[in-house]
Order: sequence, then C-alpha cells, then structure tokens
Amino acid sequence: MTPVGGVRAGAQRLLRWETMLAAVLVCEFVLFASISPYFLNIDTLSDATFTFTERAIVALPLALLIIAGEIDISVAAIIALASVAMGLTAAQGAGTGIVVCAGLGTGLLAGVINGTLVTVGRVPSIVATIGTMTLFRGAAYAVLGDRVLKEYPGSFAEFGQGYFLGALSNELTLFILFALLFGVFLHYTRWGRIIFAVGANPVASRFAGVRVNRYRFALFALTGLFSGLAAVLLTSRLGSTRPSIAQGWELEIISMVILGGVSVWGGKGSILGVVLAALVFGLITFGLGLMNIPGIVMSIFVGSLLIFVVAVPVLISRLKRQAQP
Amino acid sequence: MKQWLARLSDDARRDLGFGVLTLALAIAVTAAFPGFASPRNVAGLLDDTAILIMLALAQMLVILVRGIDLSIAANLALCGMLAALFNRALPGAGVLPVLLLTLVAGGLLGACNGLLVWKLRLPPIVVTLGTMSIYRGVIFLLSKGAWVNENEMARDFLAFPRAEFLGLTVLTWMSLLLAAGFFVALRSTRLARDLYAAGGNPHAAEYSGIDAGRAQFLAYTVCGAIAGVCGYLWVARFAVAYTDIALGFELSVIAACLIGGVSIAGGTGSAVGVVLGCLFIGIVRSSLPLVGISAFWQMFINGVVILVAVLLSARQRDVTRNIVEASP
Amino acid sequence: MSPVLTLTEIRKSFGAVRALERVSLELPRGCVTALIGENGAGKSTLVKILCGIYQPDGGEIRIDGLPVRIADPQGARDLGIGVVHQECQVFDNLSVAENLFIHAQPTRRGLVNWRAMHAHAGGVLRDLDAGFDASLPAGRLSIAQKHVVQIARALVHESRVLILDEPTASLSQRECAELFRIVRKLRDNGCALLFISHKFEEIDALANRYAVFRDGVSVGAGELQQTTRDELIRLMVGRPVEQLFPKLESTPGVELLRVEHLSRTGEFEDISFTLRRGEILGIYGLVGAGRTELAQALFGVTQPDGGHIHLATDAKSSGIALVPEDRQSQGGILDFSLAANVALANLATLAPRGWCSRARESSLARQWIERLAIKAQGPEQVMRNLSGGNQQKVVLAKWLARAPGVLILDEPTKGIDVGAKAAVHRVTSEFAQAGGGVIMISSELPEILGMSDRVLVMRRGRLRGEFLRGTASSDELLRAASDA
Repeated sequence: MTPVGGVRAGAQRLLRWETMLAAVLVCEFVLFASISPYFLNIDTLSDATFTFTERAIVALPLALLIIAGEIDISVAAIIALASVAMGLTAAQGAGTGIVVCAGLGTGLLAGVINGTLVTVGRVPSIVATIGTMTLFRGAAYAVLGDRVLKEYPGSFAEFGQGYFLGALSNELTLFILFALLFGVFLHYTRWGRIIFAVGANPVASRFAGVRVNRYRFALFALTGLFSGLAAVLLTSRLGSTRPSIAQGWELEIISMVILGGVSVWGGKGSILGVVLAALVFGLITFGLGLMNIPGIVMSIFVGSLLIFVVAVPVLISRLKRQAQP
Repeated sequence: MKQWLARLSDDARRDLGFGVLTLALAIAVTAAFPGFASPRNVAGLLDDTAILIMLALAQMLVILVRGIDLSIAANLALCGMLAALFNRALPGAGVLPVLLLTLVAGGLLGACNGLLVWKLRLPPIVVTLGTMSIYRGVIFLLSKGAWVNENEMARDFLAFPRAEFLGLTVLTWMSLLLAAGFFVALRSTRLARDLYAAGGNPHAAEYSGIDAGRAQFLAYTVCGAIAGVCGYLWVARFAVAYTDIALGFELSVIAACLIGGVSIAGGTGSAVGVVLGCLFIGIVRSSLPLVGISAFWQMFINGVVILVAVLLSARQRDVTRNIVEASP
Repeated sequence: MSPVLTLTEIRKSFGAVRALERVSLELPRGCVTALIGENGAGKSTLVKILCGIYQPDGGEIRIDGLPVRIADPQGARDLGIGVVHQECQVFDNLSVAENLFIHAQPTRRGLVNWRAMHAHAGGVLRDLDAGFDASLPAGRLSIAQKHVVQIARALVHESRVLILDEPTASLSQRECAELFRIVRKLRDNGCALLFISHKFEEIDALANRYAVFRDGVSVGAGELQQTTRDELIRLMVGRPVEQLFPKLESTPGVELLRVEHLSRTGEFEDISFTLRRGEILGIYGLVGAGRTELAQALFGVTQPDGGHIHLATDAKSSGIALVPEDRQSQGGILDFSLAANVALANLATLAPRGWCSRARESSLARQWIERLAIKAQGPEQVMRNLSGGNQQKVVLAKWLARAPGVLILDEPTKGIDVGAKAAVHRVTSEFAQAGGGVIMISSELPEILGMSDRVLVMRRGRLRGEFLRGTASSDELLRAASDA
C-alpha cells in the first residue's frame, strides 16, 4: 500500500492505531471523572485494575501467538483446569508454594499439549484448541462436578488480593512487569523479529532457516504457562474454584488482543496496543459499573469496535484505490 | 464390496464408518441396558438433540464455504428473546407469526455477518466474535436485563415444540425434516453444489462463474435464519428467556460439526455426518448416567472425540508424493 | 479456413501498468496456434480476458465474425471458450463428473440429475480414452489426469475454442504424449486451439501456427513451417541471446560437500555426489523429477530417511544456503522491507546478543543493494513493490550476506527479465570463483549448459547421468531426463 518501509510502515500504521486507543482512553478518563466524584480516588482506580489484569496477563503471550499466525481458544479452559489442579493440591494440605507450582505446571502442560497437536499432529490451531478447550474444561467438570474447592492456605490469598506498594496491587505490578518484558522481547530482540516473520510468511521463514515449529511450540507453551499464572491470580482473588471459572474469557481475551491492533492474519501488532486495549477494556467495565450500567452493555461497544478495527484498513485501502485514476 | 467402497467419495466413506461406530455404541449401550432402546428413551434422546442437530446443520453450511459463525448462539438467544417479548405483547397472535418473526430476524442477523465477510472480506472469526458480543448486548437492552418466565408465555407458544405427533415431538420432527431437506438440497441443488465448489477451491470457483463471496453471504443468512427459529424453540422448550441462554453453545455446535466430519478448511461435510455427530454426542450424554459415570464427563468425552477426529483427518491429508518410480 | 476467434487491437492496463498494449490474434478452425512470449509479455492477461475474468479496455473480440463481449466466466463458456489452466482448476472435493459440469449441472425438476450427469461425463471420458471413472473423487487423480478433466470440461460444454495455458509444466514425458494425443484429436474434430508453452520441442510437435507477444504487443504471427526457432527467439526476446551466461572460469578445488545414498520416501532415492570448491554443479531434470525435494533436504527443510550429508569441516559454520524455487511464497516475506528480508537469515550476526539494530540492518542492506545493483528506493522499501528480478536479487543478497559454504539455487532465473538473469548469473559465477560451491537446479537447458562445470541429470527421484562441461549436448541431457 504505502511505498516506503515494510516493518516500519506497519509500525507507523499501528502507532496511529495506538494513538486512537490512547485518545479513547483519555476520553473515558475524563468522562468518568466528570460523572462520578469517586472515580479519581486512588483506591477506586486501584480497584478498577482488578477487572482486567488477569485477562490482560494472558493477552500478552496470546498477542505473540496471534502475531505468529496461530490462535489459542483454550486459554480460559486452561485457567479452569489449572484452578482445579490448585484446588485439589490445596485440599491435600499442600503449602502455598506447591499450590502455585501445580497451577503453573498444569498451565504449562496444557500449553505443551496444544503445541504438540499443532506442530507434531499438524492440526490447524483453531481446530486443535477448540478440541483442547472442550477437553480441558471437560476435565475440570469431570474432576469437580458441581463441587466447589475453597480450602486454600492463608498466604495464598496474597497473590490476587495483596498490594505490592501502597495502592499498587500485586496483580497490577505483575502485569506492568510482564508488559515491559514482552514489549522489549517482541520489538527489540531478534526472537521477536522472527515471531513477526513467522506470522507474515511461515514458509519463507522456514526457507530463511527459521525453525518455525519450535517457535510455534514455545509460544503455545508460553500461553499455557501464563494462563496458569492467570489461574493463580484469579483463584487467589476469588478464594474458590468452580469448573465454570473464567467461563467465556477466551473470547474476551482474544477481543482484547485484536482490539490492540494485532492482525488476525498474523505478522502485525504491538504490545503497546494490547496494553492500551486492556486499559480501555478495564476502564469501560469499571466506569459502567460506577454508572450502574451492567457490563453486558459494554459488549455492544466492544463488539462494534472489534469489527470497526478490522474494517477500517480495508475501507481506507478501498478508498485509496478509488482515488487513483 | 471393496470396489464399491473405493468408488465412494471420501465423505461417504467417512460417514459410513462413523455411522457404524455410532450404531455400535448404541447397540453396546442397549446390550447392557435394554431400556436404552425403548421408544420412550429414543424419543427423548432425539428431542434432546433436535436443536443441536438444526444448529449444527446451519453451522456446517458456513464452515463449508470456509467461514465460521461464532455468533450462532447469540443470534439464537436474541431471536428467542424477540419471540418471548413479541408473545408477551401479543399473547393471542399464535405461533406462526412468531416463527416468521424469528426466521426473518435470524436471517437478518446472519446476513449482517455475511455482508461483512462478503463485501469487506473481513475474517469470519473476528466478524462473528464481534457480532456475538453485539447481539448479546442487544438482548440485554431489549429485555432491560429482566427474564421472561413461563407464566408470561402463552399456552400455544409453549406447547408448539412439545406437541407430540406419531410419538415424536414437533421439535424432533422439525429437526428430522430439516436434516432430510439438507440431505436432498446439499446433494442435489445447483446452489448447494456451488457452495461445495466455492469452499473446496474458491479460486477455481471464480473461473467457473461462481461468486464465492456471494455463496458465503447466502450460507451466513441461511445459518442465521435457522438459528433464529431455534431461538423460539429453545425459549419455548425451556420456558424461559434471558440474556445468557445458550451461552457458549456455539462451541458445542462447532464441536458437533467437527465430530461429524466437517472440515474447517471448507468444501467437506455432509448432512448425514453432522446428524451422526450430534446423535453420537446425544447417545454419550444419555448413556453416561446409565453406565454410572457422572454427566460431568460429557464435555471431556466430546473433547477426546474431537481431537481424535481432527488428528485422523490431519493424517489423511498427508498424502505422500510419488516421484520415485516403482522398482521393476 | 475462416478464423473461429479473432482478436483485434486488444488493450488492457492495470493502473499505470500496461499489460496489453496492442494485441491481435486469429485462431482458425482445426488448427493449433502456439502463443509464445517471455513472462510478462501479456499471455496470462489475454487468457484472463478470454475466460471473462478481466474486461479489455479497448479492441474487439469476434467469434465466427460476430463481435462479442465476454462478460464473465459463464459468458465465456456459453460462447464456446474452454480453458485448461496451468495451475489445475479442479475441485478435489468433488467427483470427476461434477467437475465437468460445475455450475452447469443437468437438472430435472430443479434437482441435479446425477444419473444423466454421470452418463454424459462417462461418455466424454470414454471418447477421450481417459482411463479413469467419472465417479472418482477428483482429489485422487494425478496432475496429468486433472488436465484431462479440464479438457473434458471444455468438451462437455462443446467448446469450439480451447486455450491450453502451459499444461505440460508439471507432466512427465509419457503424460505429455497422452495429453498431446487428446489435443490432436480435438484439432482433427475442428476445434480451434491456443497452445501456450515455453518449450519449443512441444510447439514443434503440436502446433501448426504461431503468434509471438512481446511487452504486450503482437510482434509476429504465421505458419510454423515458414519460420525458424532462432527467428522465434529473436521475436520473443527482441535482442540477440548470445551475451547471456557470462561464466567466469574457475578451477574446482578441494571437496566441499559429499552426499551419500541420500533418500526420502516418495521423493528421491539413493542420491550420491560430491561438490568441490569453486564448482558450479548443475542439476537438470523435468519438473517433478525430485530436484526441488533434494535441495530442500540438503538445506534441512525436510529430513531425509536415509543416507549422509558431509560438509567440509571449515564450511560447517557458514553452512548451506538455499534460494528456493518460488521467491514470492518461499523466498521472501513480501510485506517486510528489503532490509528486514536481508536481515532475516543474518540475525545471528546482526544481533549476536539478541538485540536488533535498525542501523546495522540498514547498512547491510544498503551494501547489498549496491553490490547486486538492486533497483529499489532504499533499504526500507517493501519487497512486494519490487520487480520479480529485483525480488530474486534480495533473496540472493539474504544468503550471500551470510557467506555460505554451499549455495543451492532452485530455478534461479525463472520468470525474471533478461537483465536480472544476467546479473544472477554473474553473481553466481563470482561466488564460485571466490571458492564457494554452487548447486544450480534449472529446467532451462541453455542455462544449465552455459553455467555448469558439471551436470547431474535426475529422473523420477534418481540420478540418471553425469556430464562434464563441454562434453554434453542438450539432446543427451534431454534424453537422460526423459523416460526412455
């Protein structure tokens, strides 16, 4: 489309998208601040972050995975399975350390299963993860049925309910930390560059000597691991596990990533965009709550935005083509 | 026999194999629990799977042309709510206007997906993910978050899908008729054959004068219309309408398609396979309590079956190339 | 002999690009007309106009003397124009019979009449002696059989004009002969055929008339018997051909690569050869002989089932590079900039600790733009916007920048213009002269003979002969490559 610069032109276009997201964010901020006197309270704002941090933490590795041209629909099911694993170890009387390891380990294992299906089994990732989503969620139901697990050790609550510094929650701290790590990794290292290349053209990447399947596998495992981490935070915050935990989150997390400007065709996207999209998400949920508007109404907004995001570039390029003689 | 098998299309062979498997499962369960094959039980099983069958057939149409409809359950819920509200406003209107209303409303909702995919060439998964959220939100706006309960529904509105005819409910008959209609239409109408062509090789379809985008639009519209009618049936059968009915059901529907042999790559799938896939799920579901396994295992078993099915079909795709000449 | 189809002064542009400037063509009844031209001469645009995909900007199309408009593919079919496309336009998921009648199935009371369809399809296939059943799923046919399906499709619709767009590109000798038998049968039945091909042997065997395009203009047409091959080449290229292949002399040195009994099931078997420093080793064979598969196994994209690859110890760190056959889907990432493409194979040296540097990438790219005379606005230009020849140079630059021990080139000059071709040959020669080893796979005999120090011939997955520079003739190579 544009005559200059490949990766950089893409980056410019994304930057424009990120500016739009930032503008939306500022508007939200001003709007809510003017509507509710409680909004600008530091504790209120800190509370607001709980509405999105767990999902946003999964959105980070998922963004990498989608940029690499794959998708994982099983993330929410992994959260449920990991939560069940933690609940069971806790019920055995295990300490906090072991409980957390059980959650992270289950997530990693689930991610490894996804990665194996896609790389070794050569099943398209959308089909494979629809299958494993049913499998993992099904396993959670099979093990737990309609029971609820809530015998967690006392110190376990620290992860999802504790504060790192003042009003800065542990969850938010983790998210900021990982957002920085992922951003630097994706945009400034050669491995990040290769992730973009794999998404833009896996065949050409293979012919450039990139071990494409290794990257795919690692990204699935990483997404699984972070789903495990989200399970630790969520379970710790709620203090209980049901098999229906995090139901429907997969679509919210994917929406977050796409809203952040990551291309579903792979090869394009940025961590900054995903972080901004997560903030937009969180603020809307919270602001609507302040105004006593139920969250479901927000889904109209998010859904429209999602379609808008992918439609805009198409419409622009079409207009450009018409403008040419 | 062998020759006859070799001449069958890959689809037909797969359906045959899966049919034998499903039948074997049914026989095995019956052998252990003779009550399983009782007319009462079979009728119940069919009634339970009827909506799944209709939605899976609808979804197959979309997957056939390389699409996917994640909004199918939200569409169902929205049309169900429309039906319930319409019925509450005009309790004496009867069932026919409700059926027409949901058919048209569902068709329009489906057409929205179809237009975005056809005219803007947006990725189906994103479009339907978006409309899924929008449709759910609209239900909430329409109903103001309230439930419509049994006591707010007219008697004939509730009775229609449950009425029995020749031992089977109207709901069951509708699903059987739809399946039969799909079977004939998919096999023997030019329009449906165009869908197979457009899904199998869109590029070649264009060279044959088939508009693949238009085929996608049609598939989404029909899918939406079926989902709309199912919305009414769902609401009447369960006698309640609220924002979250059939939440997450889109994934069960897609799972049924995958089990039934519909290829996500497009161009492959049959009515027989999809119905068998749904029946397989139904048989497993209704036999679990008999075997003494908790019903909570249902989903896990579905997951295993999907994975086995897709792994097998991935293996089938790996056709080895033959360049080396056969040694003399 | 009045022409069935007449094209006069056809024009077609895409934005600023003129694909067809002034093209005229006559297809007489019962006659095979060969359409000759380099890639980019406008042949495929013309085919797309004739099958109703594109509309011409100007000019006239007449069928049986009457002016017509080919509005869409269906219109083309109704006018009696059938096309056998180069890349098979066959529906693998449908039966052969349905493939013949796609979008035009016979119906009875609104429903597809399968019985009539199978009967009709079976009849047509029998007429062609096709040797396969109409009820078979098309996915189980070989590529040659799929071409026959496309011809049969034209017959079903009673096409009077049949266009064959490079149908033999991936066929074996035997399959070609079978295809030609069917084509001759159609010709004798009064069909007007347009045969697009790059292979003069086939043109001689099949066609009686010729038409030559160059840069979107008709530059010649007439009876084949009244012209010579040299004259056709002169028309096609527009300049003499001698100055191609500027091979630099180099003396092959020590052994660099030794391949022993390499096999991969279904692709190639028992391949053994050596490559020395400074040597250009040509591998000749027909498309589908297993050459590309061998190259991919040597490079490591696929794993061989058996055998060994020994690389000289001092070349191990620099390794083997592969410039693949298809530069658009395999060679480069079209949406990336030139610099990013060059960097992709060199990230280990450009970012030794993992940190990427735009400046280092840019300077590397700039260096190679200069060395290979790549026509680009700069290192940041998107690869998609480069011409085919320049894209190929970027792919070359990507690997040369890595200073590999062995460079494998798979059809390195396919579809690029003469200037770029010469540049690719020059760079290849220089690389060999500097002590590198080159394996060059090509289907072009002049290129193989002009560039190679030694030629290996492959047929059906096996090595069938070895020829030294200067001792091999094109006839010998062709014979070794074809089925005996």
